[in-house]
Amino acid sequence: MGQALLEINELAVSFSTQGGEVQAVRGVTFAVEKGETVAIVGESGCGKSVTAQSIMRLIPEPPGRIKNGTIHMNGKDLASLSEKQMRGVRGKQIGMIFQDPMTSLNPTLKVGDQLTEGILVHQKISKNEAKQEAINLLNLVGIANPEERLNQYPHQFSGGMRQRLMIAMALMCKPELLIADEPTTALDVTIQAQIIDLFKEIQRKTGVAIIIITHDLGVVAQIADRINVMYAGEIVETGTVKEIFYDPQHPYTRGLLDSVPRLDGDRTQKLIPIVGSPPDLFSPPEGCAFAARCDYAMDVCLSHDPEHTKLTDHHYTKCWLQDKRAQKPF
Amino acid sequence: MAKKLVEVKNLQKHFDVGKGKKLKAVNDISFDVYEGETLGLVGESGCGKSTTGRTIIRLYEATSGEVVFRGDNVHKIKGKKVKEFNRRMQMIFQDPYASLNPRMAVEDIIAEGMDIHGIYQGKERTKRVHELLETVGLNSEHATRFPHEFSGGQRQRIGIARALAVDPEFIIADEPISALDVSIQAQVVNLMKDLQKDHGLTYLFIAHDLSMVKHISDRIGVMYLGGLMELADSEDLYKEPLHPYTKALLSSIPIPDPQKEEERKRTILSGDVPSPIDPPSGCPFRTRCPDAMDVCAKERPVWQEARPNHYVACHLYE
Repeated sequence: MGQALLEINELAVSFSTQGGEVQAVRGVTFAVEKGETVAIVGESGCGKSVTAQSIMRLIPEPPGRIKNGTIHMNGKDLASLSEKQMRGVRGKQIGMIFQDPMTSLNPTLKVGDQLTEGILVHQKISKNEAKQEAINLLNLVGIANPEERLNQYPHQFSGGMRQRLMIAMALMCKPELLIADEPTTALDVTIQAQIIDLFKEIQRKTGVAIIIITHDLGVVAQIADRINVMYAGEIVETGTVKEIFYDPQHPYTRGLLDSVPRLDGDRTQKLIPIVGSPPDLFSPPEGCAFAARCDYAMDVCLSHDPEHTKLTDHHYTKCWLQDKRAQKPF
Repeated sequence: MAKKLVEVKNLQKHFDVGKGKKLKAVNDISFDVYEGETLGLVGESGCGKSTTGRTIIRLYEATSGEVVFRGDNVHKIKGKKVKEFNRRMQMIFQDPYASLNPRMAVEDIIAEGMDIHGIYQGKERTKRVHELLETVGLNSEHATRFPHEFSGGQRQRIGIARALAVDPEFIIADEPISALDVSIQAQVVNLMKDLQKDHGLTYLFIAHDLSMVKHISDRIGVMYLGGLMELADSEDLYKEPLHPYTKALLSSIPIPDPQKEEERKRTILSGDVPSPIDPPSGCPFRTRCPDAMDVCAKERPVWQEARPNHYVACHLYE
């Protein structure tokens, strides 16, 4: 396998608030290889966005703090870089796309200026060359009449077009890694389909690795090579797309898959919701964080935090049911 | 066949947007809602599905056309009958954070309708509130708390309890689950289904998530740019969509199954939804339609029953 592009080890991120310390991310470990797409799925508050923002070091400090862990990109630990050194990474080695294309563009600047801002900072090139690069990328992301469009303002673009702009902007400096935080959540389904196709095409053409954060399992099934399932600040299961969809081993992953209706599903079948709601991350439970909502919880789950168990080369799960002494319920 | 509870006839709702221009949010749509069924209304943002719901319940006055509820024209009801109408038709809103008054205790939020209509007073009122809380899966201790103490899913349950408080017959649910997490969505949908069975409710379920709408609805209407494109039984619509827009919509919805996704042939629509202020002539979908013909630009297709109980507005079927 060689050296991974990105290696996150035991990452822990906390926020101090008036009510105490919120442990948003509690020991996350995963790697991203060159050219692959890794999805992080989970519900709101599970720490998926905080994980992504930590890679870019976009966590506001204070109140946030990377408490523990390393984030190695091409062998360099991003967690220990100074703010100034980090600026050389952001936008250059790692591009980021945010959820809301409406608020992540500056409404008072021409699109062309926003697209070329990063490349002019990072690379010694002329404005004309930067503009040419911007035109190339607008062509790549499927925006017609790029030269004309560069002189327009964000309000002259529709939601889907703005997300295309964001993607073009993130790709300007030819990053090796693209982090997309809920890139299609704010879009309509027919536009979502266009954007997902665009991601695939871009990866084919540029070989960029993608981390996609989403709560939509359908999107994941279309785009990801591997999946990390997060719950209460931890990765509870990780595996290839097929392992997670066809052989989920963590009760939470199973719960997620069972609770969404499928377009090709049977109407008479009841959805199986996960009862209750996620734990309070001010004081995470002592044992497994999912135990309180888990149908298969045993005594040990309430008192001891489970270890990660290796099932295949890619498939790991953090659950006591994998222990030899446990009875397999499924 | 079940009795018609609501009849929507050639309903139009236009908004003035200045300079003499009009935004045709709902443009001449007709459909019926039968007693005890769930009718799903789907479409992308700006297609007019929420405006349709809001016009039916008279949060908006109709520009033209009518909504008939149990024989009365909703927009012509006057005097005492208005109150009675308001009791029988209720609404559940999308955003559980914005639709509950943060300064009111849950008890008063739920009972507000009962107070207005003068049903259940004093001890009965408290008892009824506690019953409702239990019905929606909360408990009576929650009655004295305030909305900020609840999660999104719990708030949506409070919104449902409020709608149920006045014993309505018809509930319009406008994107009731789209602000919730997936595992919580299933809880709320199951609750709505159970309540429908126990109380004999009729739902108009408005949402953009077609997989969820298909799961909950008996029949589904598909809207695009203010117009109703197709209306059919859920299974028929999924198995045999007629309108090219419905086909494209179905094909753009991802299925949480990687194998199926690989094998699936998808039609991806190009372009964006045009502005409803200046919609295309003829059929509103023709600018993105893979099957558009000359006639589509000239004439608006007629709303017709192309197959038994399967309605469509498309020149391909005329």
